[in-house]
Amino acid sequence: MIRVLSLLILLAAPAFAEEEIVLGLSQDEVAITATFEGSEILVFGAIRRDSPLPSGLLGVIVTVAGPNVPIVVRRKDRRLGIWVNVDDVKIDAAPSFYAVATSAPLKKILRASEDLHNRISLPQVIREVGTNVLDSRSFSRALTRIREANDSYLTLEGAVDLSRDTLFETRIAMPANLTEGYYSTRIFLTRDGNVVDSYMTTIPVKKVGLERWLYNLAHQQAVLYGLMSLAIAVAAGWLASAAFGLLRR
Amino acid sequence: MQIYLPIAEVSVNVFLLFGLGGLVGILSGMFGVGGGFLMTPLLFFIGIPPAVAVATGSNQIVASSVSGLLAHLKRKTVDLRMGTVLLIGGLFGAAMGVAIFNHLRALGQVDLLVQLCYVVFLGTIGALMLVESLRALQRAKKPGAKITRRKHGWVSTLPFKMKFRVSGLYISVIPPLMVGWAVGVLAGIMGVGGGFIMVPAMIYMLGMPTKVVIGTSLFQIIFVATFTTLSHAITNETVDVVLALFLLIGGVIGAQFGTRIGLKMKAEQLRVLLAILVLAVCIKLGLDLLIKPTEIYSIAVGTV
Repeated sequence: MIRVLSLLILLAAPAFAEEEIVLGLSQDEVAITATFEGSEILVFGAIRRDSPLPSGLLGVIVTVAGPNVPIVVRRKDRRLGIWVNVDDVKIDAAPSFYAVATSAPLKKILRASEDLHNRISLPQVIREVGTNVLDSRSFSRALTRIREANDSYLTLEGAVDLSRDTLFETRIAMPANLTEGYYSTRIFLTRDGNVVDSYMTTIPVKKVGLERWLYNLAHQQAVLYGLMSLAIAVAAGWLASAAFGLLRR
Repeated sequence: MQIYLPIAEVSVNVFLLFGLGGLVGILSGMFGVGGGFLMTPLLFFIGIPPAVAVATGSNQIVASSVSGLLAHLKRKTVDLRMGTVLLIGGLFGAAMGVAIFNHLRALGQVDLLVQLCYVVFLGTIGALMLVESLRALQRAKKPGAKITRRKHGWVSTLPFKMKFRVSGLYISVIPPLMVGWAVGVLAGIMGVGGGFIMVPAMIYMLGMPTKVVIGTSLFQIIFVATFTTLSHAITNETVDVVLALFLLIGGVIGAQFGTRIGLKMKAEQLRVLLAILVLAVCIKLGLDLLIKPTEIYSIAVGTV
């Protein structure tokens, strides 16, 4: 019986695909300059329909994800009276930045099975591996908590404005401590919790100008970069001493 | 005004960096220490990743030590021969310190080691200095009291003796090598020049005259800090030159004010204040280890 039902759902799903996302972005690139203070991207678009308005609750979900980086979450515990890192959980892939903006509470417009399949909500995005700790869930929860506290992970329920079931727009604020990379932006269209259409694009976030030059130098010409840092230090020290000498006279 | 640091990958306020540099500069001008022991914990505090703070701290020490050394060279208060012996020990020590730092970073215990080093060394040095300078203050109140200088018997029995003319010493090279080595290890691990350990060790263990101690310590610190900066830049790629630059500018201006404040105070009073400062940093770091942190989880990026 369940099999028949799920088959029916599968067959029924393509019928909704008559609704399609047409997308626009306020900027196709984020440049990190020396005075970068964070950036706000505007994601807007429309829903194109070939057929009359279908029934069911319409939902729009916009996600922006920074590059996936493997990380280690460590937990301190008391050993010999002092607090020491004891347990750790390796997290295979956690985005450096993640924002989910929705047009209504996520649970209302997205089924758990669809969430699992498309990896939309934060718990689905973070995958942990290589653990010998029993309560590994609390590690990924801690990761979410810490990153939410510094605005790296955002859950913005109701932040997508949906007008006349056709036009949608949302603004996502990206913090100043962004990591470089390709930020994948996904838009999901849901009817009664089922994803009926999705759209994906990437926004490159790049260091530019001096920031770019210094970063490349530090990583590709480490010796030269080290010598340059030292030269600046010695020159500054010498200048200071010379200036002190002049002031004393 | 915010500035994005290219290596640390965080955005910080420029005036905060100037202020930090300036504050540490004032203190280093007052007390004649590099100030690394204050700078590195303060950088942790404003959210700079520990590895970047340690590496950049040593770059900043190069600058302040060059500035200080030039002044001492003019006054001829540098024992170059003693400095070279200390340096040989120091380079071996620094290489070991960086290796230990990298090994512990892989184990996730680097924060603990750095903090423990700070607590133990700041605590010991601060307490010794406080006791010594309080005694000196009491002596100053009772004129006529004799100043006795302790002589270490075991130092004079060691082989490989060498003449150090500027310091007026004829001692074995082993103790200075050991002192240089120990300070080098700490410099690599803690991101400090080690002046706050080197200076008392030279006075009390090697018996060097106080007037040549600071210049000689600066001489050797420049090379050890240069070596640590380069090792960190090459193996970890964690020196942030933008961060260093802003700290430097603040530091240079602060040092000027610091020197003026220092000239108006008595040497014993200065030492009491420095001792209290050192102990305060030690107690703060110690409490962090003993009291349950509000967030017991921490995140490290990378496959370490």
